[in-house]
Amino acid sequence: MADPIKVYPPKPSKVYFYGTCLIDLFYPDAGMAGIQLLEREGIEVIFPEDQTCCGQPAYTSGYHDQARAVARSQLNLFPEDWPIVVPSGSCGGMMRKHYPDLFKDTPDDVRAAEVAGRVWELTDFLLNVCHIKLKDLGKPATVAMHTSCSARREMGVATVGPALLGQLDNVELVEQVRAEECCGFGGTFAVRHPEISSAMVSEKVDTLVNTGAREFVTTDCGCLMNIDGYAEKNQQPMKGQHILSFLWQRTNDGNGEA
Amino acid sequence: MSDHAHASAHHIDVKEFHPRAQAAIHNPKIRQNFRKAMDGLMTKRKSAFEGWDLETLRDLGSNIRMRALANLPDLLEQLEAKLTENGIKVHWAVDADEACKIVRDICVARDAKSVIKGKSMVSEEMELNHYLQEHGIDALESDLGEYIVQLAEETPSHIIMPAIHKNTDEISQLLHDKTGTDLSHDVEYLTASARLQLREKFRNADVGVSGVNFAVAETGTLCLVENEGNGRMTTTVPPCHIAVTGIEKVVPNLEDVTGLLALLTRSATGQHITTYFNMISGPRKPDELDGPEEVHVVLVDNGRSSIFQDDELLDTLKCIRCGACMNHCPVYTRVGGHTYGTTYPGPIGKILMPHLIGLDEGRHLPSASSLCGACGEVCPVKIPIPDLLVRLRQESVDGDKLHPAKVRGHGAKRNSLEAMVWKGWSFMHAKPGLYRMGTGMAAKFHKLQPGNLGAWTKYRTAPKLAPKTLHQRMKERNT
Amino acid sequence: MSSRDTILQRLRNRSGGELRAPACDFSVLKRPDWSTAEKLGLFQKTIESVHAEVHRTTEMDWIEKLIELMAARGVQSLLASNGTEVGHRVTQAAAARDDFPEVRVYDKAIEQWQEELFSTVDVGITSTRGGIAETGTLILWPSSDEPRLMSLVPPIHVAVLYASELYSTFHEAMQKQNWRNGMPTNALLVSGPSKTADIEQTLAYGVHGPKELIVLVIE
Repeated sequence: MADPIKVYPPKPSKVYFYGTCLIDLFYPDAGMAGIQLLEREGIEVIFPEDQTCCGQPAYTSGYHDQARAVARSQLNLFPEDWPIVVPSGSCGGMMRKHYPDLFKDTPDDVRAAEVAGRVWELTDFLLNVCHIKLKDLGKPATVAMHTSCSARREMGVATVGPALLGQLDNVELVEQVRAEECCGFGGTFAVRHPEISSAMVSEKVDTLVNTGAREFVTTDCGCLMNIDGYAEKNQQPMKGQHILSFLWQRTNDGNGEA
Repeated sequence: MSDHAHASAHHIDVKEFHPRAQAAIHNPKIRQNFRKAMDGLMTKRKSAFEGWDLETLRDLGSNIRMRALANLPDLLEQLEAKLTENGIKVHWAVDADEACKIVRDICVARDAKSVIKGKSMVSEEMELNHYLQEHGIDALESDLGEYIVQLAEETPSHIIMPAIHKNTDEISQLLHDKTGTDLSHDVEYLTASARLQLREKFRNADVGVSGVNFAVAETGTLCLVENEGNGRMTTTVPPCHIAVTGIEKVVPNLEDVTGLLALLTRSATGQHITTYFNMISGPRKPDELDGPEEVHVVLVDNGRSSIFQDDELLDTLKCIRCGACMNHCPVYTRVGGHTYGTTYPGPIGKILMPHLIGLDEGRHLPSASSLCGACGEVCPVKIPIPDLLVRLRQESVDGDKLHPAKVRGHGAKRNSLEAMVWKGWSFMHAKPGLYRMGTGMAAKFHKLQPGNLGAWTKYRTAPKLAPKTLHQRMKERNT
Repeated sequence: MSSRDTILQRLRNRSGGELRAPACDFSVLKRPDWSTAEKLGLFQKTIESVHAEVHRTTEMDWIEKLIELMAARGVQSLLASNGTEVGHRVTQAAAARDDFPEVRVYDKAIEQWQEELFSTVDVGITSTRGGIAETGTLILWPSSDEPRLMSLVPPIHVAVLYASELYSTFHEAMQKQNWRNGMPTNALLVSGPSKTADIEQTLAYGVHGPKELIVLVIE
């Protein structure tokens, strides 16, 4: 079946922000950056306090009962019809694409499909719903980008990151070879098949380093943990951050926090 | 049906995936051979589809295959009737053993001692060469890649390019050792020497065995896609031709092959079309001067009718065996085809083999994927490979009470420790208060975070817990 | 129960839901209405890109062209068909001229001269049933007059193609020639000489079939 064509909603006054568990624990700065970018666009950000995790780790591990229990606890967090924005292609993909499957044949199927239909990857939302215009305040910089596989293939936002970076006058985006290849994270794959995963991430780091850039940005914290962690452990000259952090830092005139 | 246990020719324990993967990853030659080959194949595919409305073409491919599967039993009967009318003998095999036995019986009835083979993955599935050898019939592969693999006493490492794991040096050495060909880096010379050796074999073979790419029900036509001409030789020179095919290869109309062919060759090797597209609709007629006097078709089930039972898994049967999924698979590229230990390697192998060998035997296959989705993105018939991998992961741990597992050998990967971990995880994440307390504590004691996280930190530093969670920061902000 | 019935019964009694056959729209395969000149241009470009040789000639001159090509290659023996127009022209020319290679006619069953065919014939010349512009393809329908091995065993295959019989796509050729109404025992699409890339992705020609494919296009 062909993927449904994306129909962007008009720019809303409010959104739900779904922070994801990795951002919550490890990269809250990226979450704050995303929230501040949205607020700067004049959008009120609602952060449902009861959010935990989308359920993906259990889902992709085959433990669908457990994934469903967690996902079900999240379905009630978005009662109004505002868009749900997610600073991750992976968690966004889980909610948008897999929630309908996960709740098929359950009493929650309609609600799950309804929630799924409102989920947007945050950079996509900024570019194509908010029509954000970025004013670069930073020094000249060269940066590489790794788009996560789920952002690329499940959420279809491969062109979004480069388009946003392209708005930054002092930033040169360089592309690594095999840019579309997976970094080897894959959730529990990285620990179930550590050798294969490390073979993948080592090549990803090599190609990033070979661009000449010394920093990279990415749409997903899983990839970030993986690539950054490998580069650090192996003392490779490559440091990463979430694209939202990068965008916020480059364009923040000092009026926001973080 | 099967009257003996079918001994594997290669004694590969599929379950030993991890050690094989580790060995392959640390073998620079394997890594280099595959990387180079896959990079080339990906580039060629991309350029072959330039100017095409690829999504619409893939929709057509998917629809053609699904239309065929929707009428599979009727089409098989129509195919059988039409083939029979054309003078082709049709046989049915429930499993690999029976298929082997049918081929042997045909050979025995003709007093055939030597078989020449065109490329056929179904015959690999059957381990036909091994079987025939055990029964005193010589079986020789004629596709150059298969010939090389057979000389090396190996199995194909790729479904389209069987010897892709070897470089020219290795092949030259092999041909030298096994056939006396002079050592050479000249691929043309090596190829010419194989031509010479194999021409003799074609001339003298009693039976030719081939696979089938598409079997057309309306005309009773067997279609074979190839570049070398060995397929044409195999199906034309020996007096008897036996085609072995999976039951899913049938399509209703001749027209269907135009759509599938356009996708197959471009997806597989980036060719607009292969050198030969060979359409066989009957044995030699009385007034014809060449061609086999007998043509047989063996319709092989071997697990396919089980896959056919399930609405989701059914998609597996749409496969046209182009190999694009493995060409684009970052895991396959790192570990090579032999690591899987299965007839079909790579993504398609991971979703197909569990049905053929059982999910107990193939328990590691569905997990050996980062679910990057590259396979599903390039599949010419839109098989949702990543979704099927997740489905099989679920089946391998019996992870869904709402949708009980069905695949033979399901649940074999479930272990109580992991199940407990996920239950604990679920318990905590389904209770937001508990989650906030737990994550809050983790943040508070972030400095005490252990540096050793097992497999993760063997290759990477541990991710660093933030001093405050996003939840905490948002809460502070709102008060 | 026979294996046939076992399999069919399992398929008929499947446990899943009812399967719906989707409609198939083949229009994505359609190409613009190219003129003959455009089709020929594309055909030539495409088949040459896979190592075939194309010579444009005429009904009058193609034998002359053939002689020239054979001479350049030092061809000793050429295999012609028995009952086709192409075969007829070749045997006529061979009888009339002394600069022609020895012509063999495929007029007996393969069993009676298999070794000879495999070891002594340099060239097989066949007619075609048209060509396909998009993929640079020849359509061959071997017959009792023009047996299958003519285009396969000799190291050089010469094919005579009428430019007026070029189709845009395989789909169009099949539809216009109404293939579904009856297929020959063997039908072939040939797009270049035999080749392999099985040794480290390096192309080599003539692995099992002809090393050279020469197309004489009659305009």
